[in-house]
Amino acid sequence: MTLDTPQATTHVELDYSGGERLTMNMGPQHPSAHGVFRAILTLEGETVVGVDAVIGYLHRCHEKLSETLTYAQYPSIASKTDYVAAMTSEFAYVMAAETIGKIEVPKRAQYLRVIAAELQRIASHLLWLGTWCMDMGGALGGGATIFLYAIRERESILDLFESLVGARLLYGFYQVGGTRYDIPPGWADACRKTIDMIDSRIGEYEGLLENNPFFQARAQGVGYISRELAEDVGIAGPLLRGSGVNFDLRRSAPYSSYEDFTFTVPVETAGDCFARYRVRMVEFRESIKIIRQALDKLPDGAISSRPGLKSVAQIRIPKGEAYSRVEGPRGEVGCYLIADGSAKPYRMKWRGASFSNLAVLPHIIPGHKVADVVAIMGSVDPVFGEVDR
Amino acid sequence: MTHEQAKTFISERFGSAQVEPASAEATAGGGMALTVTVPANDWRPFASFAKNELGCRFFSFSSAVDWKEQGLEVVAKVDNLDTGLSLVMKTKLGPGVSECQSLVPVYRGANWMERECYDMFGIRFNGHPDLRRILLGDDWVGHPLLKSYAVDTPYPPYR
Repeated sequence: MTLDTPQATTHVELDYSGGERLTMNMGPQHPSAHGVFRAILTLEGETVVGVDAVIGYLHRCHEKLSETLTYAQYPSIASKTDYVAAMTSEFAYVMAAETIGKIEVPKRAQYLRVIAAELQRIASHLLWLGTWCMDMGGALGGGATIFLYAIRERESILDLFESLVGARLLYGFYQVGGTRYDIPPGWADACRKTIDMIDSRIGEYEGLLENNPFFQARAQGVGYISRELAEDVGIAGPLLRGSGVNFDLRRSAPYSSYEDFTFTVPVETAGDCFARYRVRMVEFRESIKIIRQALDKLPDGAISSRPGLKSVAQIRIPKGEAYSRVEGPRGEVGCYLIADGSAKPYRMKWRGASFSNLAVLPHIIPGHKVADVVAIMGSVDPVFGEVDR
Repeated sequence: MTHEQAKTFISERFGSAQVEPASAEATAGGGMALTVTVPANDWRPFASFAKNELGCRFFSFSSAVDWKEQGLEVVAKVDNLDTGLSLVMKTKLGPGVSECQSLVPVYRGANWMERECYDMFGIRFNGHPDLRRILLGDDWVGHPLLKSYAVDTPYPPYR
């Protein structure tokens, strides 16, 4: 396999003496796929020599749908692209509309957006941590231990979201011009308590995992992504930073007042599953830092620069186009929006972070054992709602 | 390389390219964004130039827009992660044309993106190693993101 001849199905010749190749379907219903994903693996013995990734099982024509829904209606549908981090895609969509319409967002709304987005990042990373560790199963002393811990913590964040917007999974919190809701009384204290609790426990999980030689063996040196491959395929987020690229949109191209907060961007150079794990573990703590600062400095004032909605077609965006991008838990989530002056977009394109991240799999899996496919796929953290849109 | 330098550099090398100072606000959180419209036959050479000489090695996305009677327009965005230069590349295919040069030989990330673009718009990317449908089933009829594809008419297999 040479790097300059890209192919969807890449094969490496391993001189396996058996000479017999086996085609194995992994999925579409496979517990470790975190959704409906079919990988057609070509095996030589237990070594994977070719991968054909089949996606699209969850396609709901989001881009066509968005052309039929107004700027007031779509944000809550946008949350259904990446349903594990619903806040992120709403964020990207409203930001694109605001950019074209030159709509100001009040400072308080910007901070509330940051708080919601960072809580969402923690919740999403918790789900990733739990499911990934469960995928690697037996090696972790029963496997479900970390999963249950992680889901317990995620639950407390979903409780916060529930008291904020009334929903636990798909929110509709962001709207063009600001946020839909302000935080209720006592919410800030509850939020502080929750993040303190999570902060105090992350070290424990790290200890559980990193002192486990089986975990180390399954994560270190597995699924190596070079910096060159990472940029070429366009993978983003923890995967990109795990491959030695120091790039985080929150710092490189700040939006929504991210420049007001101090936080560090973790970068690992190893490029393997373990590096991606380390990046995400540090991101937990950095997100917690950002939330604390945002709660401390939360300004007073309006939460939206627009009057309350009386009809769904009330928001009209002038002719123009914009590409807005936010740093989601899985990387750059982009929304390319073309407005024609009406209440609905002319064209909208999602750059789903999971879509680009998953596209790296055919390049990195060949040469690994079947069991490693599970570890690699988990470390990519795909959400199939966002892959298939 | 600053915004202006990049703009001059592009104009020098690709005289036919239209470079617009893609208004700072046109790319929220995008830093320096340039929109470059090139003729369709310069599509791949320009991408090579962007990657190798402007250092835009990060392939963000590519897609298309159906401008009805004016035909299809292919869009791609690439970034230089070190300097923050963002380049939105566009090319108009012209009325009735649905063929375009593929960017896969330049950016491997274009593989899935162009498959999606083919799936949704029916654009044939010349030089793509594996142009199949990606999100829709192989037996799907039509290309849904074309403006001529009505949303309220049932298409096979949902007749």
